[in-house]
Amino acid sequence: MLTRRHWLHALAASALLTSASLAQAPAGKVTVVTSFSKDVTEPIKKAFERANPGLTLEVQNRNTNAGVKFVDETRANPQSDLFWASAPDAFEVLKNKKLLQNYKPKVTGIPARVGSYPINDVDGFYFGFAASGYGIMWNERYLRANRIPEPKEWIDLAKPAYHNHVSIASPARSGTTHLTLEAILQAEGWEKGWATIKAMSGNFNQIAERSFGVPDAVNSGQVGLGIVIDFFAFSAQGAGFPVKFVYPSATTVVPANIGIIAGAPNKAGAEAFIEFLLSPAGQEVLLEPTIRRLPVNPEIYAKAPAGFPNPFKDANFKSMIHFDVEKSERRTAVVDTLFDQLITFQHNDLKAITKIMHDAETALEKKNNAAARQALGEARALISQMPITESQASSDNDIVAAFRGGADGKTRQAEFERRWASFAKDNYAKAKAKAEEALKLAR
Amino acid sequence: MQATQTFTTAAPEKAAQAALATPGQWLTIGAIVSFLALFLIIPVAMVILVAFQDPNTGAFTLVNFWDFAQNEMFIRSFGNSLYVSAMSVVWATVFALPLAYFTTRYEFAGSSIIQTLGVIPLIMPPFAGAIAMQLLFGRNGTFNLLLGDWFGINIPFMEGLNGVIFVQSVHYFPFILINLTASLRNIDRSMEEAAQNLGCSGGRLFRRIVFPLAMPGYVAGASLVFIKVFDDLATPLLLNVKDMLAPQAYLRITSIGLKDPMGYVISVVLIVFSILSLYIATYATRGRDFATLQRGGGGLSKRPISGFDKVLAYTTIGIILALVLAPHVGLALLSVSTIWSFAPLPDGYTFAHYGRVMTESAQFIWNTLLYATLAGLIGVVIGTAIAYIVLRTRIPGRQWLDYLASAALAVPGVVLGIGYLRAYYGVSLPSGQSVASLWIIIVIALAVRRLPYALRACMAAMQQISVSLEEAAENLGANKASTIRKVVVPLMTGGILAGFITSFATAAVELSATMMLVQNTSDAPLAYGLYVFMQSPAGRGAGAALGIIAVLIVGISTYLSHILAERDRKAKAGS
Repeated sequence: MLTRRHWLHALAASALLTSASLAQAPAGKVTVVTSFSKDVTEPIKKAFERANPGLTLEVQNRNTNAGVKFVDETRANPQSDLFWASAPDAFEVLKNKKLLQNYKPKVTGIPARVGSYPINDVDGFYFGFAASGYGIMWNERYLRANRIPEPKEWIDLAKPAYHNHVSIASPARSGTTHLTLEAILQAEGWEKGWATIKAMSGNFNQIAERSFGVPDAVNSGQVGLGIVIDFFAFSAQGAGFPVKFVYPSATTVVPANIGIIAGAPNKAGAEAFIEFLLSPAGQEVLLEPTIRRLPVNPEIYAKAPAGFPNPFKDANFKSMIHFDVEKSERRTAVVDTLFDQLITFQHNDLKAITKIMHDAETALEKKNNAAARQALGEARALISQMPITESQASSDNDIVAAFRGGADGKTRQAEFERRWASFAKDNYAKAKAKAEEALKLAR
Repeated sequence: MQATQTFTTAAPEKAAQAALATPGQWLTIGAIVSFLALFLIIPVAMVILVAFQDPNTGAFTLVNFWDFAQNEMFIRSFGNSLYVSAMSVVWATVFALPLAYFTTRYEFAGSSIIQTLGVIPLIMPPFAGAIAMQLLFGRNGTFNLLLGDWFGINIPFMEGLNGVIFVQSVHYFPFILINLTASLRNIDRSMEEAAQNLGCSGGRLFRRIVFPLAMPGYVAGASLVFIKVFDDLATPLLLNVKDMLAPQAYLRITSIGLKDPMGYVISVVLIVFSILSLYIATYATRGRDFATLQRGGGGLSKRPISGFDKVLAYTTIGIILALVLAPHVGLALLSVSTIWSFAPLPDGYTFAHYGRVMTESAQFIWNTLLYATLAGLIGVVIGTAIAYIVLRTRIPGRQWLDYLASAALAVPGVVLGIGYLRAYYGVSLPSGQSVASLWIIIVIALAVRRLPYALRACMAAMQQISVSLEEAAENLGANKASTIRKVVVPLMTGGILAGFITSFATAAVELSATMMLVQNTSDAPLAYGLYVFMQSPAGRGAGAALGIIAVLIVGISTYLSHILAERDRKAKAGS
């Protein structure tokens, strides 16, 4: 069998190579677990291998959650060197599980913060190499064909014009959506933030299962607008799709990171890759049309194409909120589960009620009616209601224990889910009655 | 089933097997059981054990199942899964029946091309298929944009449960087609002639003689479709349908985490239910004898077709093929398009994507060919052995081999993948490399996941062979081994080939277990490469090109094996 023999030869050759050059400059294979697409990794791999002859980059593509799980499952015998992904929470999880080792990059010229966010982990376990913000992207052809105005803020997406035209990825499956929701919650507060999120959700056409499902649907025109991380839109533009993007004011920029896995078989190679990624040469690769991420070295923006955002200069980045990553990390599972139980799994109901409310609203604009407004307000309030408060989400002992698979054995996650699901179901049923009442009165 | 009485003799428990089993048979059983234990039972048990554990103390408990039954969403998901699976079987039958019947029944130009085209939907890589269907049938796909322009209407082909049924029945109907065709080819024409002599013809002949005789193949195919749809998570997820059982299991495991018991509870429900439906399928065909003795003039008598009938038949086949091949047309268009956005057709055309794939990803193609071939071979070898043991020996508990191997169908790929990592990652080779990171592990995972397909086909083939042929061989002095080698296996060729094709073709595009197990891009199969490409705007075209290459590879191999099967059939008929 040719393939097999070929493979054995290659193995033997690489073993020889490794042992021969072990003493000198880093060499051999650097294995990186990443959620980044081939479009991102391929140009960086090429540039890295050109700059470091003797080193090859082996890319293992997994989504962020699966990647974390993979590193955790293989901790007994690690065979990957680096973890490379967007979501800072994933790195917090890895760090807390002692799956990363610390390092101090030698590169200079990278500031301490981007926006209001520290670029590197304070304990030196992971390092920001590119910044990304969250916002809204849309398909221009779609908006023109359906005569939909371009949005500016999150709450715009809750307007009747956007009903059934918006898409989002479920935060439980997409680290970036989770951060978007966190940004809204931290900017507007727990109660108001959830009200905004639920009002937008009533207009969603779909809640996708993977981050890329959203830009994919917008690019192909299956939906008009999507809540995404900026580079999805910029790289789609780079590929030629008719899409645009805006940063709403209640958003944040956070760094995408890289860290060395504890017990990495090729530690020297891993360090070489981090040094390259943070060097001006590595940072410049980020501007390629298929990547289009915001470099963390401010010098590089001189080479950026016209209209490319600059988080170190542009005014709207200054007003972005300070993102509290610890707060976010503490309640990740609770926020994601709330979203799923209150929105994802009740989405048909929520969408139907929202439609009735839009109809009532439109009718009221033609002919005002105080009683109808009153009923509509009550319906809104019922939908916005949350089963738990902000402090419960991050510090109620029962809830925290249940979601950590905790040790006290009193409560189980499944119980809370059931409670929240029936809370949502009851409230939405009442809200539906109120909304129908409002519509009847308004007509 | 009144119809079956025309030919069944309610076979008395397969006659005259003297000894319980020969040493050779015991050895075979031992080998099969240890293979299944190592690569199915132990890894899966390591994962689903969590379903029976208290998340806090680790003690045995059934409280997780109580939680499942109390949750309105899970119960709704369960109902939806049943409904979607049943409706998919109905629609798959509607697609498969005319194709199988016309091509085996009539002198038909292009029979084997039609057969091959009919298998192709099965080899649509999961991601690519749904993306291509969205581009054509989605809410702003080609059809709806045109319908909107012309008539101002929008048909929700792809929305909700109906969308899942649509995609699933197009994707999985070949299971019925392949097995039904193999069955129809094996029917003894003298049965048909006898019925005709007695004055039966036309639709009545089909309803009462032909279709009942082909029942094992149909039931084998239909039960595969049912279980596959019941367990499939990729299609509902890509259509954003979450209230079905398999997607729920996947969502729980990948989002809440490995410690959460609910995902495993759902996996247990899936496994139990799949075994149950297999049992029902076995039960439906039990107590009847489908075997026909004479092999020389095997297959229905082919007759010429002419005039109006011919037009009608070709039109029916044309419409079905156009519908089931639509995803491939969409994918082919995508693979040569520059930008395709909110428009009935792409903005422009280019071959650049094929160039990119060929320079960057040729190794994916070779890996896929190697892995799928090995997986298919392992599948038919074990499948034939199990079919023989179950149907031809009287070893107590032999049915369990069948259930056990078929249970693999019900194990979500993610669970199997995680199970392999748990069981084998810690085991190192002398070189320090982990056993779980060898490429052969991917092959084994594929083989185990596809074994049920091969097994069903081998079972159906063996059910149609009369045991008297073996008895005759043994009476003439042949021992068990040479009877199997010289009589049973040759007679089963069609079925074994059908099994090999199904496992090869579907292994070539499997993704869920592979996803967990791929350690090096250089060892990755094509479906993984396709997934990686499809994660970026500029990679869509390249991903589609890779998908088309996959379809071509498997299509050509299927076509070649059809030609082989035809030749084999003619050779047998001629001698």
